[in-house]
Amino acid sequence: MNSDKPIDASAQTQASAQFLTFLLADGVYGMDIATVREIIQHGQMTSVPLMPDFVRGVINLRGAVVPVIDLQARLGKAPAVVGKKTCIVIFDAQRDGERVELGLMVDAVSEVIEIPFSQIEPGPSFGSAVRREFIKGMGKLGGRFVILLDPERALDVEEMADLVERSQDEAVV
Amino acid sequence: MKRTQQESDQSFIAEAMPAFISEAREQLENIEQLLLQLEENPQDRDLLDALFRCAHTVKGSAGIFGLMQLVEFAHHVETLLDRMREGHIRLDPSLSTLLLQCNDQILHLVDIASNPSLESDEYIAERADLVCRLLAAVGNSQPVPASAGQETCVSGAAVPAGGRWHVSAEFGTECMRNGMDPLGIVRYLGTLGEVVAITCDRSSIPSLAELDPESCHLVVGVGLVTEATKEEIEGAFSFVKDDCRLRLIAPSASLEHFVTLLDEMPDHPQLGQLLVNIGAVTQAQLDAGLRQQSALRAGGDDAPRLGDVLQVSAGVAPEIVAAAVSKQQRQREAGPDDNRCIRVQADRLDVVINLLGELVIAGAGASLLARQTRHSGLTEASQHMSRLIEEIRNGTLQLRMVPIGETFSRFRRVVRDTASQLGKDVILEIEGADTELDKSVVEKIADPLMHLVRNGLDHGLETPEQRELAGKPRQGRLVLSARHESGSILIRIRDDGRGIDRSRVLKRAWERGLVDVDVTPSDADILKLIFAPGFSTAEQVTNLSGRGVGMDVVRKNIEALRGTVDVSSQLGHGTVIDIRLPLTLAIIDGFLVAVGSSKFVLPLEAVVEVIEGRDPNELLTMPDKRGGFCVPLRGELLPVVSLRQLYALQGEAPERVSIVVVRAGDRSYGIEVDMLLGQHQTVIKPLGRMFRTLRGISGSSILGNGEVALIFDVPSLGLLAAEPPRINTRGARETAFPGRSIHSSTEGQSS
Repeated sequence: MNSDKPIDASAQTQASAQFLTFLLADGVYGMDIATVREIIQHGQMTSVPLMPDFVRGVINLRGAVVPVIDLQARLGKAPAVVGKKTCIVIFDAQRDGERVELGLMVDAVSEVIEIPFSQIEPGPSFGSAVRREFIKGMGKLGGRFVILLDPERALDVEEMADLVERSQDEAVV
Repeated sequence: MKRTQQESDQSFIAEAMPAFISEAREQLENIEQLLLQLEENPQDRDLLDALFRCAHTVKGSAGIFGLMQLVEFAHHVETLLDRMREGHIRLDPSLSTLLLQCNDQILHLVDIASNPSLESDEYIAERADLVCRLLAAVGNSQPVPASAGQETCVSGAAVPAGGRWHVSAEFGTECMRNGMDPLGIVRYLGTLGEVVAITCDRSSIPSLAELDPESCHLVVGVGLVTEATKEEIEGAFSFVKDDCRLRLIAPSASLEHFVTLLDEMPDHPQLGQLLVNIGAVTQAQLDAGLRQQSALRAGGDDAPRLGDVLQVSAGVAPEIVAAAVSKQQRQREAGPDDNRCIRVQADRLDVVINLLGELVIAGAGASLLARQTRHSGLTEASQHMSRLIEEIRNGTLQLRMVPIGETFSRFRRVVRDTASQLGKDVILEIEGADTELDKSVVEKIADPLMHLVRNGLDHGLETPEQRELAGKPRQGRLVLSARHESGSILIRIRDDGRGIDRSRVLKRAWERGLVDVDVTPSDADILKLIFAPGFSTAEQVTNLSGRGVGMDVVRKNIEALRGTVDVSSQLGHGTVIDIRLPLTLAIIDGFLVAVGSSKFVLPLEAVVEVIEGRDPNELLTMPDKRGGFCVPLRGELLPVVSLRQLYALQGEAPERVSIVVVRAGDRSYGIEVDMLLGQHQTVIKPLGRMFRTLRGISGSSILGNGEVALIFDVPSLGLLAAEPPRINTRGARETAFPGRSIHSSTEGQSS
């Protein structure tokens, strides 16, 4: 993942990476900050009919209509319950060189942390609550682990679009 | 151009090259179209002239860029065209083929200019061969005797060359002050041919006391024997074009006309005098070219006089002149050398349109706030602004619209070449070429259309022999038509060929396992099978079509544009393929409705009428599984979609509901909604890749308060509601399956 990042002159990016951490109902997750564009508060949302659970709807982001993914539901858990701290992380998903803006609904955003690569371990082959291919690694942060998501896999636009199609077929046909 | 100069211009040339290439391509496309039109109307002088101009432009600009290969080759083509203009050569199919091949070759040379590696021995050989054939075509030409002068005059055919022209030039008073020397021009005329007579009318020169020596008062008449064309003679005057009244009288006009011309021109004594001096001894006649020119000038300033002159002189009925004038004007409007166009990069236009979209939204928001203040001045001002924004919006949207005709006429060549390759005789007719639709849609529909046209030619239309046996005219017809139809565009491809044999389609479908053997679907469903993947009925796979990938891809491409494709066919009588495409514009007029807390936009064009204030309990007498029901409307039953049921929307139905009657293609249906929120100008925001398969919804729109509303795709919503339910997961899905994982939803694959 980091190999395709532009090699920064400052040595620290080579030895470590910055992650945005956020909370879901069952733990702390992180994703590479490079693709994160902004974080907004949960606000007015328009639901799209006949969608799978993980598609919460669309929002108006300064004139652009952006789909919002319920990360918790996408990871195979119960849909998130909107609370006071619910946030939407706007990030860029890449697909075939095309940039797709997506919103990620999380329970709360916590902080940006820097994890040295030496502190990142591959995801466990089993025993994790999250599908293995969605995980880029487990970051050690003090005494606990942060599940580092691989957005290209976990939030693959094509795969989600297929699921959107199936969800409609299932509901209607 | 001198070499040193050229070198210093290198950087400029490198910069301007892309513009040259795109312009040259455009010109070459024009040439192709003109050739094909000329093939149908070989007598059309205007077409020939336009053709020549295009070829000349390409050659000229190639010269500037130092593309000598191209210039040389184009020169041969130009020579041939020139001979055609002179009437020495007539366009026949073989010549037209040759010219079309030459056009392809020039296109290739243009490509080489941007990428020299494209050049190959094959092309060089082909080019040499084409040059030989061009030379042969030019060499073989025998001058066509300038017979039937009268007819030539009326039909507006080629101008006979070689003969005595009468040139009358009335120089403007400012001519010399503008640095032009009338004498130089007269001298130059001498280089075009032999000046046999020259007169100077001095009647307009004032007395010496009043004479301003810097003003020009000369009217010069020249009798010129030359082979030069009218354009060449006119060319001599090109520098004083605006400052000089020029009249050309071609050779071989009848004396009678000439005299009439003189008699009827009392307001031009000088010209009359000159005509007597020179014209009386020539056999000149006002040729078609002059009339054409007069028509051209009809758009300009001194037209009426010249037009009048022509009417009386050549005995042409005023209607004909009027027709010629209007025709000429039309051609100028759509003409290939129309320089009233500005080239704009599509992405820049898109930026403007996007911003306008924002402006519309912001404007709507502002006027909402203004209304809330109840400040009458502010409200009025904001309304005025909204109106202006709307006008700008409409104007800007027009910029994106292009007529589909350009795309259609590309098929002339395809039909011509493909038909001759298949030994068929097919005429392509185009209807509704000026139907406009969004540029992006036009670009994307060209490929599917190409496939359908080829398919029609290959499988649909028969050979002339087969047609004769079937009692049909030898020439097959292929009609491409386009028209607007309730918010969408209908493109129809119709042929009068053999039609689709349903039994063969069914047999093939059984063989390929597309349908279970011995299951016989309905007739319409059988026809739909031709769009199934891996289907091909051609017994012999040709290189044109029939690879069995085509129709499937066609349907996919059209559906990707949110369009539909329908086929109907009568065995022995032909096939009709209808493509309906939404006019996916950046902004549409929408009709805003609400169901529960959700708001939806219906394209206004699709809305037929509204039935207000119905009691939902009365309506829901016999709902189907998805809440669809029927209501009587003027003696017929109208199927109605219940959005609340279909989309599992939350909230209870209000006491009174409304039904919006919409039209999709040739069917109508109703949509039950809670509230009508009225007309709403809406900016279509694409929903993006994630929602590319969304059914019933074509996009989204941002309302004045920032809320996102979904826009219905009326035909697809109708289909969604009409499909028979197999799995009934109706009800509040979200609460029914709260923990449904991705795994289970991926397993529920569609068939």
